[in-house]
Amino acid sequence: MNMVRFLIRRVITGIVVLWVVATGTFFLFFTAIPESAVARNLAGRSASPSVLAETTRYYGLDRPIPVQYWHFLVNLVHGNLGQSFYTQEPVTTIIKQDLPPTVSLVIGAVLLWLIVGLAVGILSATRARSLFDRLATLGVLAGISAPTFVVGELLIITVFVQLNKHGINFIQTGFSPLSQGFVSWLGTLILPWVTLAVVQAAVYTRLSRGSLLDTLGEDYIRTARSKGLSERRVLYRHAVRAAMTPVVSQLGIDIGGLLGGVLVVEQVFSLHGLGYQVVTAISQGDQPVVIGFVIIAAFFVVVANLLVDMSYAALDPRVRIS
Amino acid sequence: MSITEVQFQATSIEDAPAVAIQGRSQWQLTWRRLRNDKVAIASIVVILLMIAFALAAPLIAAAVGHPVDQAYTLKGENSFGNPVGPGTNGFLLGTDYIGRDLLVRIAYGARISLFVGIVTTALATIAGVTLGLVAGYFGGVVDAVLARVFDAALAFPFIVLALALASVFHPSLAIVIGVITFFSWAGISRIVRGQTLSLKEKEYIEAARSLGAGPWRIMFLDILPNVLGPVLVLATLYIPTAVVFEATLSFLGIGIPEPAPSWGNILGEAQSFYAVAWWYVVFPAAALLITTLAFNLLGDGVRDAMDPRTERLFAGVKSERSKKNKRKIGKGIGPDLAQAVLVGEPNVDQSGSATGEEG
Repeated sequence: MNMVRFLIRRVITGIVVLWVVATGTFFLFFTAIPESAVARNLAGRSASPSVLAETTRYYGLDRPIPVQYWHFLVNLVHGNLGQSFYTQEPVTTIIKQDLPPTVSLVIGAVLLWLIVGLAVGILSATRARSLFDRLATLGVLAGISAPTFVVGELLIITVFVQLNKHGINFIQTGFSPLSQGFVSWLGTLILPWVTLAVVQAAVYTRLSRGSLLDTLGEDYIRTARSKGLSERRVLYRHAVRAAMTPVVSQLGIDIGGLLGGVLVVEQVFSLHGLGYQVVTAISQGDQPVVIGFVIIAAFFVVVANLLVDMSYAALDPRVRIS
Repeated sequence: MSITEVQFQATSIEDAPAVAIQGRSQWQLTWRRLRNDKVAIASIVVILLMIAFALAAPLIAAAVGHPVDQAYTLKGENSFGNPVGPGTNGFLLGTDYIGRDLLVRIAYGARISLFVGIVTTALATIAGVTLGLVAGYFGGVVDAVLARVFDAALAFPFIVLALALASVFHPSLAIVIGVITFFSWAGISRIVRGQTLSLKEKEYIEAARSLGAGPWRIMFLDILPNVLGPVLVLATLYIPTAVVFEATLSFLGIGIPEPAPSWGNILGEAQSFYAVAWWYVVFPAAALLITTLAFNLLGDGVRDAMDPRTERLFAGVKSERSKKNKRKIGKGIGPDLAQAVLVGEPNVDQSGSATGEEG
């Protein structure tokens, strides 16, 4: 019962966040700058006067702002994000087309960094101050200092260029859908995954190491040990599970941050997903696509946070009680 | 002797009796510890060298005789029109896609990167500290409103705002500085607010108030000196984040516009030359990595020096329990840029008391 109420509250919060983002987007794009500039932005920088007039009418820019805002929201609720000025396609169609590479990228990268980050973090915490721990800590600091696109570019000039120079064509840039074969799909995604995961894995190593070290100092761990449980059981059944809570909340924060990483990685590896599309749209001044991306991105952030909130209760019994 | 100084000594007596006898201030202690930290000192040296490199950019350009925007289409490009490598035709680090001297461009790029990093951090610190003090000290409605604003600023996907601004206006240095500052101040505010909440209940604040000190005097003369420690650590760690942020925006073409060189836009241009010009990527990337790593190591060192109980990377100080779960660690970019901090002050927990996990 409590859980249901909690979920309902989170869903409402999520909708409010989406509304705030949509409103912010609307006012930034449509009212922060003069109406003629809006039309020019929407119509492209070299549009003729008649196109400008048509755009102004099409988007209702000559109407009062509250009316425009209402239409914007009504369209949004109906899933209508307008159409691209360049291709005339509906923005929703464009987003649907570009979603698969982005989804492949994000899921693979998240799995990779969670596995690597947690494994190294747990090993470091259980062997605190060992050589492995020191090396891991140093690696973490290097990982945190490295901008995503630098990691990507360095991987390209070392791995991708060198392998292809020696006739090994397994790794490619661009994107090959899973339907065209697993190996080519993997070949286009492995470097993007690694790139996106490096920085994050460092963060998660640090986080899980610290959290686990703290948990291992708790009284109930001593109790578990004094009951005669094996160290393995104490570690995995008792300690790791409770130590995961901060990791999960960090994951919630990071899903939002992932947007930036996705944008960069898709750019570096010419992966034609949502991020690549939006950077192109910006350089073309294709505002409807940018607006669509902003709103879709906010939607995913809200959904991800909801999932994270739900998983708290599953991980930590104390959350369920309170 | 001001009330603040009395309080300072009082806390140092509580915290470190052995040292208080010799009458050293907390800052002296911090500096002494920092001085013995080889990694931190090495980082300071590296940072100073990088600043010197940036300042000397015109001198470097004059010394090699290649102005920053001068494209050498003949000697700066090979017969395929590609950049020439390091050491060729007097280009120490090679050339870029239109035959400009890469060394000179990296030196000028250092100016932009360090300028953006330091200016945004300074602006964010001033704004963050002021708003944090105001929220924490006045409490009530002011605090409730400001706390929500901090949360909103922390939760906003930064890249989205950067994209939106870049597509509405033309990219410029001012927008870059504005965007980065906007996403940095809230984290500092949160920490300062938390500290202020606990500090304002202390007796010495009571004493100051009964002596007739006004709220602004108390905030800036009595409370501020006591929150400077964590703020300093935070600020040191914001600089590399801001440097990376600027580089990323410039890389995507929504940051520093061409032809002004920035490490980010140099690396962006290098994208078409992966296979033929490794130097085009390696040298600017190295400059960027060295700078961010040095600032991060320095930030870690400053934090350790302020609070010797935290674990250190190379030193052998054993802590009974790690404080690491209290740190929110930053990554290259993200909406949590403002949270991209390592907080080592032990009583920082209080900062989360009213803001919580929501949002």
